[in-house]
Amino acid sequence: MKAIFYNIKQAFRQIGRNRGMSTASIFSITAMLLILGLFFIITVNLNLFTEVVKADYDLVEVYVEDDASQMTINKDIEDLKALDEVESITFRTKDEALKIMKKRWGESGYLLDSLGENPLPSSLLISIKNVDDAEAVIDKANALPGIESVKYYKETVEKLTKATNFLQTGSLIVMAFLVLVSIIVVSNTVKLTVFARSKEIEIMKYIGATNWFIRGPFLTEGIIIGLFAALVSSGLITLIYSKVVDIIGTDVVAILSSPLVPTDYLAGNLLIIFLALGISIGACGSIVSMRKFLDK
Amino acid sequence: MITFDKVTKKYDGQIGIEDVSIDIEKGEFVFLVGPSGAGKSTFIKLILKEIDADSGSIFVDGQKVTELLSREIPFYRRKVGMIFQDFRLLPKKTVFENVAFAMEVVHKSKAQIKRQVPRILASVGIEDKADKYPDELSAGEQQRVAIARAIINNPTVLIADEPTGNLDPETAKDIMQLLDQINARGTTIVMVTHAKDIVDRMHKRVIAIEGGHVVSDKTGQYQYYKTIGGLRIHESDIL
Repeated sequence: MKAIFYNIKQAFRQIGRNRGMSTASIFSITAMLLILGLFFIITVNLNLFTEVVKADYDLVEVYVEDDASQMTINKDIEDLKALDEVESITFRTKDEALKIMKKRWGESGYLLDSLGENPLPSSLLISIKNVDDAEAVIDKANALPGIESVKYYKETVEKLTKATNFLQTGSLIVMAFLVLVSIIVVSNTVKLTVFARSKEIEIMKYIGATNWFIRGPFLTEGIIIGLFAALVSSGLITLIYSKVVDIIGTDVVAILSSPLVPTDYLAGNLLIIFLALGISIGACGSIVSMRKFLDK
Repeated sequence: MITFDKVTKKYDGQIGIEDVSIDIEKGEFVFLVGPSGAGKSTFIKLILKEIDADSGSIFVDGQKVTELLSREIPFYRRKVGMIFQDFRLLPKKTVFENVAFAMEVVHKSKAQIKRQVPRILASVGIEDKADKYPDELSAGEQQRVAIARAIINNPTVLIADEPTGNLDPETAKDIMQLLDQINARGTTIVMVTHAKDIVDRMHKRVIAIEGGHVVSDKTGQYQYYKTIGGLRIHESDIL
């Protein structure tokens, strides 16, 4: 306990003495974390978007004409079911379609109440055994009577998934690079302190201080720098993100049919991730900066 | 107390010390003399385990120094006090804090520090300087602070590297007296020096090193050989 206080006191004194550099490194790590956070937000939202789209467009959707009789529809279903490629078929009425849309629009759902008449068609949702046979089913469905149009996005969804995966890998690489740069920035700041106190370190070693005792204050210094940067950047990102969600979240995005990840969920996770990152960046930075000094 | 058994240390092929065997008993006061580059610093660095020997073994206080793990080194060094020609005090700490620092490093309690530091300052004769900073002290007083710091954790061995190198002859004499007192209380002392007058006056065991070899090990006078034209000639034969 005493040792912890000793370290924190030493570290703050050091940061005070080294104000310019400490502030500079807090800012640069904050900047790194901000960029990192941006990538994180994009990745998370893309993931959500992909999941939503996947769930929606996995099926071949056959829209039925409004004036098609129930008999025609039943006949169509029978015909489609007879196909080898078809796994199963669900019928969705106009009312069900509206209900689903209302649910998705969430708070803006009331907008749909002002519609005089339900504009959505009823539809047949067909799941296919094998994706490659989709074309045959689509052709068949198009040829049936009482069918307005056929929608199938599987390929698009797959392309989207591929693009998302690529983006994720890309952001991961960028993030790793940013973390590395941050570690170097911290290590250089702490190195200044280490140099300023090299005489002291040497004496400590002669007296028989353990490496961890010597490292303590420097490690704490790095961790405090990382901690500050983490708090500042996650605060900033949460603020900006909540504004963005406020402005476009409920209106525009609902129409794109995919919600944004809620601010509070994102903020909590971001804070934890940034704190962990900030602290480890700070700690790694100081350990790297002291490696040469503690060799012997 | 300190044993070197056929110890060799080379730097990129250059000899630091070669095949050196020395035995220093507990409570001895030993001078280590020789020209610069003879291997004295190598000897000290080996004792402190700042460097590793290429071959041979070193024992200090029953511990095999040559086989210490790096995590054991700090604990080993607490048994070996060290003072230097340039004192190596921390300029931004007072005399009290400089000495207390050595106790903080080994996790002594505040109460212990408060009790011990004034006692040790008194024993080296600078109890009235506790609140002064190093640059307010004379060179002799600074060396006393350094000695206080070196012995406060009760080391079994005290290594002194040219402790009188920066002092005038009178002050040097006082410091030697102080070291003699510390030695009389049972601490083994190894002192590296060039000061012939001090060595001769103290009349202790003198180990002379040259070219990485022990060339003389006797009690009494400064034994200093010079190599001239391939012959080792005793200083007294030339002068």
